Amino acid sequence: MSLEYFLQVFVSGFTRGSIYALIALGYTMVYGIIQLINFAHGEIYMIGAFSLLILIGVLSMLNLPVLALILIAVLVSILYSAGYGFTIERLAYRQIRNAQRLSLLISAIGMSMFLQNYVLLAQTSSFLYFPKFLEDIPLFQNTNILNASQAVIFSATALIMILLTVFVRYTRTGKAMRALSQDRTMAVLVGVPTNRTISITFIIGSITAAIGGGLVSAQIGQIHFYMGFIAGIKAFVAAVLGGIGNIPGAVLGSFILGLTESFGTTLISSDYEDVFAFIILILILIVKPSGLLGKNRSEKV
Amino acid sequence: MRNFLSMSIILLLLGSFSVFAAGSEEEIVIGVAGPFTGDFANYGIPTQRAVNDYVETVNAAGGVKGRTIRVVAEDEQCAAEQAVNVSQKLVDEGAVAVIGHICSSATIAALSTYTDVGIPVVSPSSTNTSITFSGDFPTFARTISYDAKQAEVQLEYLNEIGVETIAVLHDKGDYGKGLADNAIEEAEKYGIEVLLFEGITPGALDYSAIVLKVAGVNPDAVIFGGYHPEASKLVSQMVSQNFTVPFIGGDGIKTDTFIGLAKEEAEGVYATSPEDTSRLPMTTAVRAAHIEKYGEEPGVFFDNGYAAIQVVVEALNNAESLDAESVLAAIKGGTFDTTVGTISFDEKGDVIGVGFAVYQVVDGSYVQVD
Repeated sequence: MSLEYFLQVFVSGFTRGSIYALIALGYTMVYGIIQLINFAHGEIYMIGAFSLLILIGVLSMLNLPVLALILIAVLVSILYSAGYGFTIERLAYRQIRNAQRLSLLISAIGMSMFLQNYVLLAQTSSFLYFPKFLEDIPLFQNTNILNASQAVIFSATALIMILLTVFVRYTRTGKAMRALSQDRTMAVLVGVPTNRTISITFIIGSITAAIGGGLVSAQIGQIHFYMGFIAGIKAFVAAVLGGIGNIPGAVLGSFILGLTESFGTTLISSDYEDVFAFIILILILIVKPSGLLGKNRSEKV
Repeated sequence: MRNFLSMSIILLLLGSFSVFAAGSEEEIVIGVAGPFTGDFANYGIPTQRAVNDYVETVNAAGGVKGRTIRVVAEDEQCAAEQAVNVSQKLVDEGAVAVIGHICSSATIAALSTYTDVGIPVVSPSSTNTSITFSGDFPTFARTISYDAKQAEVQLEYLNEIGVETIAVLHDKGDYGKGLADNAIEEAEKYGIEVLLFEGITPGALDYSAIVLKVAGVNPDAVIFGGYHPEASKLVSQMVSQNFTVPFIGGDGIKTDTFIGLAKEEAEGVYATSPEDTSRLPMTTAVRAAHIEKYGEEPGVFFDNGYAAIQVVVEALNNAESLDAESVLAAIKGGTFDTTVGTISFDEKGDVIGVGFAVYQVVDGSYVQVD
C-alpha cells in the first residue's frame, strides 16, 4: 500500500468519522443529561438535509451570490432543525421525563418513525438530487489526497468541536449542563433551570446533526427520507463505543468507526462494511463495558 | 337483544360476501403486482398502466370469451415480505393469471405462493437468471430476457471497445448480485481479467472507500449490478476522485431517475436494457395513446408490461378453459404478436425473440449504441 493510497483511505475514513461525530454529539449529550437514547436524532440529520435543499431551491430564485446563498440557506436550515429538536423534546419527552426509561425510549422510536413518514408523505419517497456546493466554496483546492468538499467537512467539524468545548467548559449554560449530568437532583436543588438546560441541549445536538446532514448531502449529491436511519444507528454505535454521555468519547468513537469502515473496506472487503462497525463495538464493550472514555457508573439500588 | 343485533350484523356481512362472490363469477380476474409507490415506483407504474390500458381496450371489444376482465393491482414496493402477502391476496381474489412482479427479489418471494396453486405468472421485468433456470417455478414466464443475457451483451460490448480488465461491484441483492455473477462468467469467455469483485452496502453514508479501492486496482471498466441510487453515488464519487473509466450497469440503472440523480456525472455511463422496440408499428401506436392519456412518455418496462398482458389475454382466448393448467399451456405453447415483437416462450419460461442492447447517456438521456 503506497503512502498516497494510505492517506486517501485515511481521509475517506476521517470524513465519515467527522459526519458520525456531528451526529453522535447529539446522542451523547442528550444521554448524558437525561439518560435517553434519542432515536429521533437521526431524523434531525435528515430534516437538516431536506430543509437545506428546499432553502437552496427557494433562495436560488433571488439571484444572490453563491456564497451568500449558501450561508443564508445553511443558517436558516440549522435554525429550522434546531426548532425540530426543541419541539421533539417538548412534545415527546418532557411529559414523561420522570416515567420509567422504557417509556421514553419507545416515545423516541415513535418520534423517529413519525418524522420519517412525515417527510416521506410531505416531500417524496424518491431520491433527490442535492447540489454539490462544497466544491464551490473557494477556500480550498482539490489535491490528490484531499478534495475540496472533504476539506470543508474537516474544517467545519473541527470548528464545531472547538466551539462546543468552549461552550460546555466556560459558559453558564455549559456548567448547568454538566451539573445536570452529574447529579440531577442536586442540580435542581441549587437552582439549575432544568427544563431550559435540557431544551438547550436538544437544540445544540440538533444544530450539529443538521450541519452533518447538510455536509454529507452536499458531498454525495443525493438525499432520501430514510438517510437518517442508518447514519443515526452508526453514530449511536460510535457514541456507545466512546462511552455514551461523554463528549470527547463520542468524537473519538466516531473517528475510530469511520476509519475502521474505510480500512476494512479497502484492506478486506466492502461486503462486510457494517460487520466491521459492530465487531469493533463488541470487542471494545467486552474489554471496557462503559466505552473507551466512559466512566463506570454504579447503579443506585 | 344484543344477541339479535350481532346476529343480524353477521347475517348482513354474510349477505354482502355472497353478492361479491356472485359478481366475480362473471368477471375474469387478472392480478398485477409490483412497486406502485415508494422508491421503486418508477419501475412498476408503467406496467400497471399498460395492464389497465390494454384491459380497457379488450373489455371495450367484448372481453375474453364473453366475460369482462377485472384488474386487481397490488402494491408491494419491491419488498419481499410484502410480495408474499400480496401474492396470497391475489390468489384469494381468484386471479387466473398474474402480471408481475417487477423486482426479482419480490418475484422470487411471491412465486412459491403462485406455484402452489398453479397460477401462471408473467413478469415484464424480473431478470434474475435463476428464476427460470432453477426449475422451481414451472408457472413462470417473462417478456424480458434474463441477466445472464445482459452480462453477455455487456461483456461483448466491453470486449469490442478494447477493455482487458474490469472491476465488478454489486449491491448484494438478488438482482444486482445475479448480474455481477453472470458478468464474471462472461468475462472468462473473452479472457477479460476480473480485478475486483465486491458487494457494497445500499444506503451507506458514502462509497469513497470502495471507489478508492477500485481506483487502486485501476481496471479498464467498472461493471455494476444494482439500482440507480447506489449507481449514481458511485458514479459521482468516481468523478470527484478523478477516476473516470467506462461504467456499465444493467437495466436497473437505465432510467431517467438515474440521470436526474447523477446529473452531468451520468454522461458517458453505459447501461444494458431491452432492445428499443418503440419503433414497431404496434408499439408506436400504444405509446402514442399513452402520451395522449397521461401526458407523458411511458416509463421503463412499459413495452414489456404491455406485452405481458397481451400474452395473458391472448392465452386466455386460446385456452380451452379458464383453469390454470390450460392457460399455462396456452402461454407456453403459443406465439404472440406483442409490443416487443413476435415472441414465444421456451419450456423454462424464458422469452424467445427479445434481446438486450447497450445504451449510453449522451446529453442527458440514454441513446442506443451499436
